[in-house]
Amino acid sequence: MSMSALFIEILSWVLILSGSFFVVVGAVGIYRFPDFWARLHAASISDSAGVILLLLGMALQAGLTLITVKLLLIGIFLFITGPTSTHAVANAALVSGLRPKEAPGLTGAEPETQSS
Amino acid sequence: MFAVAALALFVAMVLVLIRLYLGPTLYDRVLAVNSFGTHTVLFIGVLGFLTGRPDFLDIALLYALINFIGTVAILKFFRYRAIGDATWLPAEKGSDG
Repeated sequence: MSMSALFIEILSWVLILSGSFFVVVGAVGIYRFPDFWARLHAASISDSAGVILLLLGMALQAGLTLITVKLLLIGIFLFITGPTSTHAVANAALVSGLRPKEAPGLTGAEPETQSS
Repeated sequence: MFAVAALALFVAMVLVLIRLYLGPTLYDRVLAVNSFGTHTVLFIGVLGFLTGRPDFLDIALLYALINFIGTVAILKFFRYRAIGDATWLPAEKGSDG
């Protein structure tokens, strides 16, 4: 195995390991955090760092083939829908009256219509 | 190396499932389902590489699409009590359209 191939192999291993590390970190955060809003943050860790690092690691393993194109498509799509779905969940929670534990009443965050 | 990633993803999925069970509020559960979906996408990708079958990535891409739509559909249902066209809804509880 030539030097550059070996380097790419090691680099993809490092990316995959760190990606799976961030996925586990995000999941532990989702499990342990006290409040919905904190868990929202933890979920986005595994959504962003975990996804990007794992997909990059896999793309390096596959080299410049159709597989890398598919991985890129998955990455782009998750990049677009990750924040969108997190925003949708947060907005739905806020509108339904869920408030962070520490802040009794956020100034300016009260929904216009006080739903029951 | 992919086995390590598969194991890590499996552990993450179990943790998220525990949160799905425990989650006090509805939105914790929706968040857990969404996160589980993203982990499934990654798990399918890793399995595709483990078993040497690159066509798994199409399934992973499809699952990413459906997961997003599912999350938004659940939220819309609990927000408007209906998935269909929300414009005909009577303006009850002063909820904006």
